[in-house]
Amino acid sequence: MKDIRLMKGNEAFAEGLIRAGCDGYFGYPITPQSEVLEYLSAQKTKERTGMIVLQAESEIASIHMVYGGAACGKRVTTTSSSPGISLMQEGISFMAGTELPCLLMNVVRGGPGLGTIQPSQSDYFQAVKGGGHGDYKMIVLAPASVQEMFDFAKLGFELAFKHRIQVMVLSDGAIGQMMEKVELEEQIPRMTDEEIIKKYPWTTTGKTPDRERNIITSLDLNPVKQEIMNRKFQAKFKKIEQTEVRFEKIMCEDAEYLFVAYGSSARICQKAVLLGREKGIKVGLLRPITLFPFPTIELAKLSKQVKGMLSVEMSAGQMVEDVRLSVAGAVPVEHYGRLGGIMPAPDEVLNVLEENFIKEKNYARHTV
Amino acid sequence: MSDQEICQPENMVYCRTALLTDAPLSYCPGCGHGTAHRLIMEVVEEMKLQADTIGVAPVGCSVLAYDFLDIDMQQAAHGRAPAVATGIKRLMPNKFVFTYQGDGDLAAIGTGETIHACNRGENITIFFVNNGIYGMTGGQMAPTTLPNMKTATSPFGRDVETMGHPLKITELIAQLPGTYFVSRQSVHTPANVRKAKKAIERAIQYQKLNKGLTFVEIVSNCNSGWKMNPQEANDWMEANMFPFYPLGDIKVPK
Ligand SMILES: Cc1ncc(C[n+]2csc(CCOP(=O)(O)OP(=O)(O)O)c2C)c(N)n1
Ligand code: SF4
Repeated sequence: MKDIRLMKGNEAFAEGLIRAGCDGYFGYPITPQSEVLEYLSAQKTKERTGMIVLQAESEIASIHMVYGGAACGKRVTTTSSSPGISLMQEGISFMAGTELPCLLMNVVRGGPGLGTIQPSQSDYFQAVKGGGHGDYKMIVLAPASVQEMFDFAKLGFELAFKHRIQVMVLSDGAIGQMMEKVELEEQIPRMTDEEIIKKYPWTTTGKTPDRERNIITSLDLNPVKQEIMNRKFQAKFKKIEQTEVRFEKIMCEDAEYLFVAYGSSARICQKAVLLGREKGIKVGLLRPITLFPFPTIELAKLSKQVKGMLSVEMSAGQMVEDVRLSVAGAVPVEHYGRLGGIMPAPDEVLNVLEENFIKEKNYARHTV
Repeated sequence: MSDQEICQPENMVYCRTALLTDAPLSYCPGCGHGTAHRLIMEVVEEMKLQADTIGVAPVGCSVLAYDFLDIDMQQAAHGRAPAVATGIKRLMPNKFVFTYQGDGDLAAIGTGETIHACNRGENITIFFVNNGIYGMTGGQMAPTTLPNMKTATSPFGRDVETMGHPLKITELIAQLPGTYFVSRQSVHTPANVRKAKKAIERAIQYQKLNKGLTFVEIVSNCNSGWKMNPQEANDWMEANMFPFYPLGDIKVPK
């Protein structure tokens, strides 16, 4: 029988970690994602699967604990919300420089600064354009349901180890806090140390006589070697762009207008599409599931079909830049965003689409 | 007798540690880092721990420690080594995990990570080389810089009124219930080297007991940063550093 439960997004992610064979979670509380650490602590994970759960003294310490565990080939993770993720940027950059796989989740809240605990999507740039110092990218997954919060724990680890990269689940306060039905997949076993050593020969698990010592470092004072390393990183990101793009298309077949939205905004736009269709407006939704790699090619294709696109985000206009780059001026692309932790309503979003494109009002009206 | 006849294994009283690589050390001549490296590797070799050891290198002059030590190592961000070691040890509890850190790394940017790893009683070992200065970045003032000591950023001497007091971080962490063994040594004379080795041995042995963090401070020189030749630096260290940072065990198991 299938294991179906009613769960909060944050809890579903935590349960997803356990069932994905996660070895270690190192976290620090912050609203609106504290339930992850609370749920894991209540689950007695040590007894359930052997998974280690530790409350660190800060986000800085958490991410560096993740760094230590990841270098041993373990499935390790931490989660936080906006101000905490900012603190982790140092460690994330070090993991990028050492190509260590790990899973991270940002349950985004309104900023900048201490901001608000309400949901927002204003950390898009930070997540998809690097975030810390140096030229690097993470794979960024954007869940739009509690089910995806669960599913992306496993998917995230798989992608992280497949490419030796950091994977960030970019959620938000609404998805983290809302409750929905979730179908839970079976628990997969954690890997043993022997399996890890065999599968990941690069790990620091203790130098044995049959191999050279393994060193995890991002330091190379020789700029020529640094450039070679960086070119290798870039080639990896290129490959990911070619192979790992994920998106969902809703009512796009005959669409004349297109919403582009991810996460909570996509849920709102999904409703707006239905409202639009009731009014006879042929509108569809492209929901990027991976924000890096971005569904550039799909948007370019759709730009040949639709008359205009509206990027709906809970930000002042971040993803819209990527949408515009994708369509390269082929169709008008507008942005609509609510800021500071406010979520737009479906009819509000549909009105904006109508005003911008259908009633042929001034395009610039809603750009920020 | 020829050299060959003399150099027989049975005559050997001292030789190079197999766990040091052939890479030329990047330290200034006379610097204590090299001796400290050697001692740690000597003990790891004698205890046959190579396959069970994971080391964490800091940021500072010893950032390249992994080039010299023939063991698996990770390089940590400035100050974060105790957190990195925590992650390793929690997930590989049967390994011998140590960090190697300077005073700028451990007692300035990494104070938080140091205190909390100690206070949680992580079963790791910290080797702490205290030369009272930031060696790598050009000899700036460290938290451990002595009062009135001249550095690149206290060119008229450390004025405690404006720059604060030197931080006795080792005494501080010895207070914490999570530390099991805390010792302060030096490596500037053969006698001190022997004592330091004993402390290193104990720190490593105690880690196996899972009773808390073991910590060995090595008070050392920084000839370049102090702008002295090695002999002057060692003399200055004895005269000025040891009175403030007295050598000996600070916390031993009951
Ligand atoms: C985040 C960060 N800040 C500053 C630096 C620059 N930095 C490199 S080494 C160092 C001081 C190291 O001093 P110490 O730990 O005493 O080691 P020593 O060089 O004396 O052995 C500093 C400030 C850095 N690498 N990273
Ligand atoms: S600068 Fe100082 S600490 Fe660094 S290697 Fe030279 S003497 Fe040693």
